[in-house]
Amino acid sequence: MATGQGALLSLLSYKMSGFLKQPLVVRADINLNVLALAGLGLLSRLWRLTYPRAVVFDEVYYGQYISFYMKRVFFLDGSGPPLGHMLLALGGYLGGFDGNFLWNRIGAEYSSNVPVWSLRLLPALAGAFSVPMAYQIVLELRFSHCAAMGAGLLMLIENALITQSRLILLEAVLIFFSLLSVLSYLKFSNLQHSPFSLSWWFWLVLTGVACSCTVGIKYMGVFTYLLVLSVAAAHAWHLVGDQTLSNVGAESRWHPGGGGAKRAECVALSGWGRQCFSVLWQVCVCCHLLARAVALLVIPALMYLLFFYVHLSILFRSGPHDQVMSSAFQASLEGGLARITRGQPLEVAYGSQVTLKSAFGKPVPCWLHSHQSTYPVIYENGRGSSHQQQVTCYPFKDVNNWWIVKDPGRHQLVVSNPPRPVRHGDTVQLVHGMTARLLNTHDVAAPLSPHAQEISCYVDHNISMPAQNLWRLEIVNRDSDRDVWKTIMSEVRFVHVNTSAILKLSGAHLPDWGFRQLEVVGEKLSRGFHESMVWNVEEHRYGKSQEQRERELELHSPIQTDVSRNLSFMARFSELQWRMLTLRTDDSEHKYSSTPLEWVTLDTNIAYWLHPKSSAQIHLLGNVVIWASASLATGTYALLFLWYLLRRRRNACDLPEDDWLRWVLAGSLCCGGWAVNYLPFFLMEKTLFLYHYLPALTFQIILLPVVLQHVGDHLCRSQLQRSVFGALVVAWYSSACHVFSTLRPLTYGDTSLSPSELRALRWKDSWDILIRKY
Amino acid sequence: MLCATSRLLAAPAGTTPPAQPRARGPALRCRRRELHFPSYPALPSCDFLAGRLGRPSLPPGRRVILRRARMTPAMDGGPPGSELRARRGRCGTQPARAVVAKDAAQSPKRPAQGSRRLEAAGGWAVLALVTLLSFATRFHRLDEPPHICWDETHFGKMGSYYINGTFFFDVHPPLGKMLIGLAGYLSGYDGTFLFQKPGDKYEHHSYMGMRGFCAFLGSWLVPFAYLTVLELSKSLPAALLTAALLTFDTGCLTLSQYILLDPILLFFIMAAVLSMVKYHACADRPFSTRWWCWLTLTGISLAGALGVKFVGLFVILQVGLNTISDLWCLFGDLNLSLVTLAKHLIARIVCLIALPLALYTATFAVHFMVLTQSGPGDGFFSSAFQARLSGNNLHNASVPEHLAYGSVITVKNLRMASGYLHSHRHLYPEGIGARQQQVTTYLHKDYNNLWIVKKHNTNSDPLDPSFPVEFVRHGDLIRLEHKETARNLHSHYHEAPLTRKHYQVTGYGINGTGDSNDFWRIEVVNRKFGNRIKVLRSQIRLIHLVTGCVLGSSGKVLPKWGWEQLEVTCTPYLKETLNSVWNVEDHFNPKLPNISLDVLKPSFPEILLESHMVMLRGNNGLKPKDNDFTSKPWHWPINYQGLRFSGINDTDFRVYLLGNPVVWWLNLVSIAIYLLLGSILVLAVQRGVCLPAEVQGLSQVLLQGGGQVLLGWALHYFPFFLMGRILYFHHYFPAVLFSSMLTGILWDTLLRLCAWRLASCCSSSLARSIHIGGILSLLLGTAYSFYLFHPLAYGMVGPLAQNPLSPMAGLRWLESWDF
Repeated sequence: MATGQGALLSLLSYKMSGFLKQPLVVRADINLNVLALAGLGLLSRLWRLTYPRAVVFDEVYYGQYISFYMKRVFFLDGSGPPLGHMLLALGGYLGGFDGNFLWNRIGAEYSSNVPVWSLRLLPALAGAFSVPMAYQIVLELRFSHCAAMGAGLLMLIENALITQSRLILLEAVLIFFSLLSVLSYLKFSNLQHSPFSLSWWFWLVLTGVACSCTVGIKYMGVFTYLLVLSVAAAHAWHLVGDQTLSNVGAESRWHPGGGGAKRAECVALSGWGRQCFSVLWQVCVCCHLLARAVALLVIPALMYLLFFYVHLSILFRSGPHDQVMSSAFQASLEGGLARITRGQPLEVAYGSQVTLKSAFGKPVPCWLHSHQSTYPVIYENGRGSSHQQQVTCYPFKDVNNWWIVKDPGRHQLVVSNPPRPVRHGDTVQLVHGMTARLLNTHDVAAPLSPHAQEISCYVDHNISMPAQNLWRLEIVNRDSDRDVWKTIMSEVRFVHVNTSAILKLSGAHLPDWGFRQLEVVGEKLSRGFHESMVWNVEEHRYGKSQEQRERELELHSPIQTDVSRNLSFMARFSELQWRMLTLRTDDSEHKYSSTPLEWVTLDTNIAYWLHPKSSAQIHLLGNVVIWASASLATGTYALLFLWYLLRRRRNACDLPEDDWLRWVLAGSLCCGGWAVNYLPFFLMEKTLFLYHYLPALTFQIILLPVVLQHVGDHLCRSQLQRSVFGALVVAWYSSACHVFSTLRPLTYGDTSLSPSELRALRWKDSWDILIRKY
Repeated sequence: MLCATSRLLAAPAGTTPPAQPRARGPALRCRRRELHFPSYPALPSCDFLAGRLGRPSLPPGRRVILRRARMTPAMDGGPPGSELRARRGRCGTQPARAVVAKDAAQSPKRPAQGSRRLEAAGGWAVLALVTLLSFATRFHRLDEPPHICWDETHFGKMGSYYINGTFFFDVHPPLGKMLIGLAGYLSGYDGTFLFQKPGDKYEHHSYMGMRGFCAFLGSWLVPFAYLTVLELSKSLPAALLTAALLTFDTGCLTLSQYILLDPILLFFIMAAVLSMVKYHACADRPFSTRWWCWLTLTGISLAGALGVKFVGLFVILQVGLNTISDLWCLFGDLNLSLVTLAKHLIARIVCLIALPLALYTATFAVHFMVLTQSGPGDGFFSSAFQARLSGNNLHNASVPEHLAYGSVITVKNLRMASGYLHSHRHLYPEGIGARQQQVTTYLHKDYNNLWIVKKHNTNSDPLDPSFPVEFVRHGDLIRLEHKETARNLHSHYHEAPLTRKHYQVTGYGINGTGDSNDFWRIEVVNRKFGNRIKVLRSQIRLIHLVTGCVLGSSGKVLPKWGWEQLEVTCTPYLKETLNSVWNVEDHFNPKLPNISLDVLKPSFPEILLESHMVMLRGNNGLKPKDNDFTSKPWHWPINYQGLRFSGINDTDFRVYLLGNPVVWWLNLVSIAIYLLLGSILVLAVQRGVCLPAEVQGLSQVLLQGGGQVLLGWALHYFPFFLMGRILYFHHYFPAVLFSSMLTGILWDTLLRLCAWRLASCCSSSLARSIHIGGILSLLLGTAYSFYLFHPLAYGMVGPLAQNPLSPMAGLRWLESWDF
């Protein structure tokens, strides 16, 4: 092992000296193709960017989040991690947007304070730079400049991509980062001959960063990340098996000399030499693997945390979505609950006055509540009740939400001095503040959940129904059995001492006699842990008044407070992340929603915007020729790949090894990219739109010239065939251009078309082109 | 020397590309080393694309062992006297594996012939013992408790339906329930017990036949697993360990003892795996009788597994993957002509695809033939389907074939369990749209489901004999008048009561006179031109003329004011879903000739398709509610929570489905160890490390045999994470079978590795005793844990486990177990 380290050290020092010997030289290769593509991309995406100066389609959705960022108000959006929203908001920040715009209606005119140009700039730039990136990717896949140019030009004239990148939407940014992660990985893997060089590191780290950005914009990006990871894993696996690695990597520099002779030399080495060689080899492989693991696993994870860190530190004010979060989280926001709870005593003691919030938060966040009304003697369905005072869960703050924690052994309802804190496992009674009745449960079926016990505030009707009002306190998130019950922090369960029923929010709404508040029951058959059994103290103060009248006054008076409590970042992150993932939006239908099958054939479109007066309109509508040929190319690729694979298995190699590897890599990235960005949608239950297909389409477009070049190179045998094929390709591309220019008015929405022109553009019955009736 | 020999031997055995050049380096290095290291493994013939299932063609390591065994028996890593089985694999040779047969171990020097015979006899004896033990545990106290336990209430009831021929609906394919019914029938159960709810006493009804049948099938799991592991690992201890784990698992035991689909399903899954493994084993003699036999059995078992529950798809997937890799290996064998390959392919297509499909379809054919009486399942199916069932009012009914003006009809929504378009004399309550008459869908037949088809613009009575009959055609504008209340089906721009984005549908007008919001265009789905509308068969949509919305049922249940019937809305989204498609079911028109509905009966393929659609939707419809405690897939391997089969209180006879924690946690640990060990081995192979021959053989067993069962485990476990439907603990049991087999293989291999390690430094007798001792202690440990936990399965009475007097006191190791 020591020899291995020595070898490594000498290798390092050799590298260091290399840097010192050479002068610092900057060379710039300018690829005019890239420049031209970038220029055209910018032109197509940025041209009249501020038109229309009105809210277009989903801008109404992203816009509200931009406003939240501008006002630093906390919000919760389950659609994706915050990076995408933050990038959009960055545009607003740079344009000096103050967030004062009501995003409520598609088509609403922007007021003058909305910097439309800078808001739309970022997606447009991302869309524009995707064009030269497609070129670069094909080039890095080691296909010809011609094919690469083809990919760029196809990206350039794809109407759907143009539309999507000219608005305040996230798909263009998502596509940009997916392409960036693929491109940088390719750059990195093409640098295998010079490992650990500066550019090697650069591209490797960039891969990780781009991947994390992809994930950070939409959760769909995870699949692209996994694709890059698995390609990297496959490469690393070959690396592990590659026994010439140290020759290429370290040996050739270590012993300057011909790499080819190394093997013989190595074999001829004496035993010691071989051992040293072998150790060095292992170390080298380990370094390779470690570098990849750090760049592709650790960096993305850290970046992901960073996005949330920035997100949470920008949004420090409380806002409309607070209610969904836990009390502790709310207390960490400025305003809102924090203003109320500041300075509360931390430890709940006997005599404390508390409000108890259900930690479940479904269907609505609510507090344990009771009021004067009793359960009806007989329910509608004929069952009877205890006719005692109702206990419910109430979604609004109310003086009836206050409860007093009482020691069963004592009578007073005030906190002694010093306060005696309540601990895990202690038995308590809960006294309802306004009515001074005790929380009780007994063997009577609950009003709506007959399998569970009724919870009531005990009223003695003198009918042999004894009070059973002892509850054992269990702190769920405790560290030890002697933990103290803490305000906000502690999540507690109340276990009934007599029946071991657990106080639980059933989630059902009581009928009119219960004022439509939520039902609370004693769950007897506790099958494990459930959040609906967990409660936490939200507001808390030490009770001082022994007399009921005084206590009522005290309950009505606002609480004074002076300390603020903060959650750690990780706690806030994990809560936010969990809420985002479990946030379920009801499956709302949408006029323009579609199914994944309709995307491939472009059987659907989305009307984004209609000019208030003229018939100018913007549609998300793809270039039909490109969509059809891209799908065709994917199919062709799959068939050819299968054919070659079978033939190779029978030892008939149609392609030279190099070409084959290139062909496989191109397929696994492009076909794979299409598959991972498309197929998961079949399993999703949310409302889907055509624009969800755009990332997958981008990968297909990149595959298209690759397949064309392959057909031209390998399947056209004679020169004549090749020229015919070339001519066909040119004809096909010009038809794509023609389609682009025909659909252009619907992409930019700058020309008003007559109804007959519009009707002429409705190439498919399923396309919904808006034609005004005059 | 040995290296060279083995390489020479390897050369003809290799089937595909001769060892690639890079293999040479280590091989050379190898040769310079000590003789302990026989050979660098030639590269697998199935290259990496074939995946882990491809069986690498190893140079015949066993021959090396053979030679070494002869030369230096004392130094041999394997237990002395190991019997070597010569067996050729498909892609080269299988790694041979030393088999420790008890008899052979005692007399290492005996002639091979005698020892083989003895070994065979011993093998049969062990198998018989294992089978016997399995049957004994499963049939012990089978009759207790004499009341319905858990899902017996469903499956017993469905068995009765088969005996009575009553049509019912279930989300699972019919085979399992048919078999239960058959078992009940043969054992003299008359199908009269109601199976109402868990806890009902069976009393005089004979239930033992059905339970016995399930237990019988469940008992075969153990010998099947035993044989599978024996075939995969060639090691008796591994097989014994697996058998013990499964025999002594209280979960498998409990699940096998009741009238459930699971024992039947598990039986078929295990049979499929066993016959697949067996048929792989005779791959060296393709197209022999044995080969055909096992291949066909695989197909039959697959059909059985799929016919019981759709979970069978996972084992089909496993067999499919194996077959693909198998074919891939054959395809790479250049010695085989394309004709032979085609024969191989066709044999598999016939036995593994065509045969199972035929059998599966046959079970449905029997299902439909047996169940001819109308029953509780009718409502789930389309009107045309119901016409098949005697007792249903559509059976043998005769109605006019084409819809005409003046007809009185009922309109049924095509969505499963959505019901008939319905209205009644109750208004929508204040604040919910317009205060007009409610329109809902209702599942039951009722006079309020009747509607009269009228022309949109005239109110004349079309039944007046002076008018000629006029048929309703595709695209006509019509008005639907509610027969009982004489109000028109009506919609307008008010939001629907529950689905806020849709429009409200009401009954409006007095005596059939309303306004233009009562006009609907009737369209037949997938029809372009004006044609008549057929009763039952035409799928129609009703499009509101003024707003352009489509009449649909949202499937949401209205609150009390709507009598908990389902909401009807008019949806502005023109997407074609079953919610908005209807058909005409009952049809009365005195002016038209009635025809028999028999001509409208669907054909068998249509029935098959429909019942699958209904099952699929039924499965998707089993959604957990927000507040329910649902079992999550991650609960299962850790045995987090069981299922209560019977009894709650301390006076009840309690049965609790819970895996034997010792077995399950051992399985869990084994999977982790396996993954660790497997990746180390794979990495070592990829790095080109020379493994000693013994380790080589063991690692082959571990990677191939273990890989096979690990794949099975993964396929039967991970898909559940993706399922939206409600999940239960017992869904994990197919995976338990596989993970127990993995445990058997893993621990045997681990102990052998230890023994080999010890044998190389200490004495070989110590090594052998380590191996035997390890296996024995595992066996005994499992048996003891079964002794502790057996009341869970065989039932317990008395105080709950919290109580120190309970037999289970101190055994409630997790708080989440409630027994």
